[in-house]
Amino acid sequence: MRAQGQPQAVKFTLPQVPKIAIYIVGFIPAVWLFYEGINDRLGADPMRYLEQSLGLWALRFLIATLAITPLRQLLKINLLRYRRGLGLLAFYYACLHLLTYLVLDQGLDVAAIVADIVKRPYITVGMATFIILIPLAVTSNNASVRKLGGHAWARLHRLVYLAAIGAALHFILVVKSWPPEPLVYAAIVATLLGYRLIRSLIKKPQPRRRAA
Amino acid sequence: MLIRPAADIVPSEITPREVYLNRRQLMGAAAGVALGAGLPAAADAAQLSAVKGRFSTDEKVTSREDVTTYNNYYEFGVDKAAPAKYAHTLKTVPWTIKVDGLVGKPAEYALEDLIKSSALEERIYRMRCVEGWSMVIPWVGFPLADLIRRVEPQGSAKYVAFETAYRPKEMPGLQSAFPVLDWPYVEGLRLDEAMNPLAILAVGLYGETLPNQNGAPIRLVVPWKYGFKGIKSISRISFVEKEPPTSWNRQAANEYGFYANVNPAVDHPRWSQATERRIGEGGLFVKRRPTVLFNGYAEQVASLYAGMDLKKFY
Repeated sequence: MRAQGQPQAVKFTLPQVPKIAIYIVGFIPAVWLFYEGINDRLGADPMRYLEQSLGLWALRFLIATLAITPLRQLLKINLLRYRRGLGLLAFYYACLHLLTYLVLDQGLDVAAIVADIVKRPYITVGMATFIILIPLAVTSNNASVRKLGGHAWARLHRLVYLAAIGAALHFILVVKSWPPEPLVYAAIVATLLGYRLIRSLIKKPQPRRRAA
Repeated sequence: MLIRPAADIVPSEITPREVYLNRRQLMGAAAGVALGAGLPAAADAAQLSAVKGRFSTDEKVTSREDVTTYNNYYEFGVDKAAPAKYAHTLKTVPWTIKVDGLVGKPAEYALEDLIKSSALEERIYRMRCVEGWSMVIPWVGFPLADLIRRVEPQGSAKYVAFETAYRPKEMPGLQSAFPVLDWPYVEGLRLDEAMNPLAILAVGLYGETLPNQNGAPIRLVVPWKYGFKGIKSISRISFVEKEPPTSWNRQAANEYGFYANVNPAVDHPRWSQATERRIGEGGLFVKRRPTVLFNGYAEQVASLYAGMDLKKFY
């Protein structure tokens, strides 16, 4: 794109770490939470603390996944190779969050769980968000990209935007009043999605340019 | 003299007193501070002498640690650990309560004058939070009815309104640019509810003066209602004719009613109230237990609501 000789934008390159490191580091909070939980060090209401913390980590990894593209486009920081790992970590934490709710919180009481899903907006939204994440996790491998074709795969994975909105909304709906924390997360999600929207609006009418 | 040094304390047998007293001593806080003529200095928990009161449950009492570190007291932050961390800044000595409105003896009362003629009682009550958890707490206090009688409400007084102290300099939650509630915190009861013998003003728990995070120096305890009705650090009590505004009702009227009676059949719009988790029971593997109408105090309070549609007056 850039003609030779022109000053290059400073490119920040990170030392490449093996992708597996993302998973190892990413699972530290979960291992720590379960360890502290088993040893009864999660405060007065440990089940609730575990449940909320796992959900929060799911949202954090979802946000990290969404941050990859703006970081690359705006700051030239390329972390694309870790995006799949971050997205999967979001999914794994959502699984643990859901399992904690189903098993530890509700004690697998099917009637109570079904009533929750039908009647409680925050559970409805949370469950829908989790369901959206499933096809994304299932197709998060190279074979799926080849099978679906890059274009269709990318379109499918735009569902992550919906999942992020769902996750942020789920957090806001569960709290009393309007405490700052869920609003801060919602603002981050709104910024990351708003950035994409604005960029797509600006870029749309761009004529195709071919290198001469 | 009602508040006395250790000599004749009624010990809470169910309480692992030695455990927390030891920890207290290690922390350098003196247990059993002599009180002399007044209430204790703010930070030091002092022993209260109290007789065993009526209506106490024999259920297992929630640990002092949990009761004093897991608090909703938004004036000190929305995190449940925040009040225990920050509430020490609240100056509770001296403390006055303004009594006004439709009342025979309106005045700015010194706290010790308001409680001196009431015998302190230990009341071990269940506490059910609107969020779906519960505790069993050994309060020390006196019947709210005692105070009400003493200030002689007029015949036209139908409700009692309460107000929490408004101290931005001592309450970090009030300094927030995005207030969680309209401050000061306000609550209210119908006069007959307030006169019910179950309703107490607590000045202590676990045989000692109230820790600040639990609403020192004086708070309301109405165990058949959700915890948020139990207004903390009361600085004003008004007798009024019309139903007074209440903080959570103002915040979200469809979610928090004026009555806020514990009722498993009336869900919070966003979550079920059918069950609850008892704090300190089972750790991670806590089992939900069914929530009981009026938090199990129907015998004492159900008649207050005879003929009322509890789904409408939630």
